[in-house]
Amino acid sequence: MSAVIQEEPGVLEGATEGRRRSTIWQILKDRPSTLVGLGVLGFFILVAGLAPHIAPYGAHTQVGAPFAPPSPKHPLGLDDGGIDMLSLLMYGARASLLVGFGATAIALLVGGSVGILAGYYGGRTEGILMRITDYFLVIPDVPLMIVIAAIWGQSLLHIILIIGFLLWTWTARVIRAQVKSVRERVYVKRARALGAGNGRTIFRHVLPQIAPLLVASIVLTIAVAIFDETALAYLGLSDPSVISWGKLIKNASDAAAVSAGAWWAIVPPGLCVAVLILSCTLIGQVLEDALNPRLRASYLAARGFRIRRVAREEG
Amino acid sequence: MRGADYVIKRTIFAVVTVFVALTINFIIFRAAPGSAVSNLARVPGATHALRAELEHEFGLDKPKLQQYFIYLGQLAHGNLGVSFASQQPVSHELLQALGNTIPMVLLGTLFAIGFGTFTGILAAYRRGTAVDKASVSTGLFFYSLPTQWLGLMLLLIFAGTLPSGGRVDAFLFNPTPLQHILDVLKHMLLPSLTLGLVLYGEYTLITRSAMLETLGEDYILTARAKGLSDRRIVTRHAFRNAMLPITTLIALSLGYIVAGSILIERVFSWPGIGQAVYYSVQNRDYPMLQGAFLLLTLSVVFFNYVADLLYFKLDPRIRE
Repeated sequence: MSAVIQEEPGVLEGATEGRRRSTIWQILKDRPSTLVGLGVLGFFILVAGLAPHIAPYGAHTQVGAPFAPPSPKHPLGLDDGGIDMLSLLMYGARASLLVGFGATAIALLVGGSVGILAGYYGGRTEGILMRITDYFLVIPDVPLMIVIAAIWGQSLLHIILIIGFLLWTWTARVIRAQVKSVRERVYVKRARALGAGNGRTIFRHVLPQIAPLLVASIVLTIAVAIFDETALAYLGLSDPSVISWGKLIKNASDAAAVSAGAWWAIVPPGLCVAVLILSCTLIGQVLEDALNPRLRASYLAARGFRIRRVAREEG
Repeated sequence: MRGADYVIKRTIFAVVTVFVALTINFIIFRAAPGSAVSNLARVPGATHALRAELEHEFGLDKPKLQQYFIYLGQLAHGNLGVSFASQQPVSHELLQALGNTIPMVLLGTLFAIGFGTFTGILAAYRRGTAVDKASVSTGLFFYSLPTQWLGLMLLLIFAGTLPSGGRVDAFLFNPTPLQHILDVLKHMLLPSLTLGLVLYGEYTLITRSAMLETLGEDYILTARAKGLSDRRIVTRHAFRNAMLPITTLIALSLGYIVAGSILIERVFSWPGIGQAVYYSVQNRDYPMLQGAFLLLTLSVVFFNYVADLLYFKLDPRIRE
């Protein structure tokens, strides 16, 4: 099957600066579920940013008996060290979101560059870059993350780097396909005919066109990165001194919250992760669906068993 | 002869991927801080001579490239080294673990395929209705849950009624074969259910979108124009064509499931590959970790290859 890229008239074509912004906005506005997703994402970012100011108690201060059940003073109860769960959740949001955004930034930088270079230049550059991407795509990333984290030692920075450098493959593929189609559009050819260099063409004409897809890619990668952080934390590979949602799940599980019946120590952090992943998935998939129907089902795997796109590109 | 071309290309890709994986495996563990002998040389009265002696014995004084070829040669003979922790051959330990992982993963996957494809088809067929919305929401919900957390939730719910961990009941003395099988099945239920639910969401969403894609094809319109019943259109015309992406995706996901079961096995102390990975991480048992990673990678590459061949078999368009 050859890679025939369909053009979607109206969505991307000939969009001016103002119209493009309104396109993303329109897509999101037409589907109320994405507005909920955006709201949740914003809420979590706000909480994470303000944690030291709004958390009722400290993240390390014991305020009562271990596993004390929820009470008016502590709406989510206490954990195994007698620390207020609500405060822990707020502080945990910081590290979880930091990993999410940090890893995504790296993935975007690497994947975006590879995708743009491969899609724009084509030919041998594309062949080599995409071959490398294919190999990385096949090697299971969660086990590789585990191996590297185990050898490299536990720190927040390492976690961000490891997740970021293993999550770029999807971005690369998605971006490449889009760049390839944008490159063939008339106005890009016109710009080149007028003497625009490669750099200018990429940054001024190609990049703005793929911006909506980049946004979709970002949100979906954030979800996967946060998911991977909980996995690494659960296996004891996260920074021992940093509180994250994944770490809270692991702590509760290690402290036998299940057999103690202390559901309040274990339900909320997982729920936070689930709600965040759900919001990101909603936003990202709607955007991706609307922008590029061919890529449907591409990101349908936050966990290690990731799935490839339905349509394959064989030369 | 495009068909033969395709098969050859995919085979070469699979073989090269295996080599890439082997090489990564070699490099990562050589880059690890300390060498295999630093622990062994840490004994009272150890000298540099002892260290050098050990390094010589393990072949670590040879050039890296030569070490690489020795490594490949040993792998070709199925030698994955000896576990630091148990002092048993890694290949032996891994095979045993794999034997425990496979039934658990199979049960969970069958559950997911059965229910996932069913609700996926139903959702696509009843597109836009409450049934569709409910299936998609449920699918997305399960898809978003952290695996280990879902397992812990099931533990909370079924605490007391079902065993919470392990593969067999340690207090069941001299069980008859039937008792033993029932016991293992009972222990397998929760981990399999966790895997099944996590995959269920994914399979529902994928089946639905594959079905929607085929339902939009011209031949469906033709079938409808011929006056065929909806049921016949869905089962004979749409689903058979949607099978193509679904089968490929299932084959592809199988490889990753083994890797994905690491978290599940940890939650339920299921003595499989995942548990082996966890313990080798805890003990910094590098030979074991290296072997497990290799096995996981090979399984993914293998199922990828199977998916490629299936695709070739199912889709006559590639063979033209």
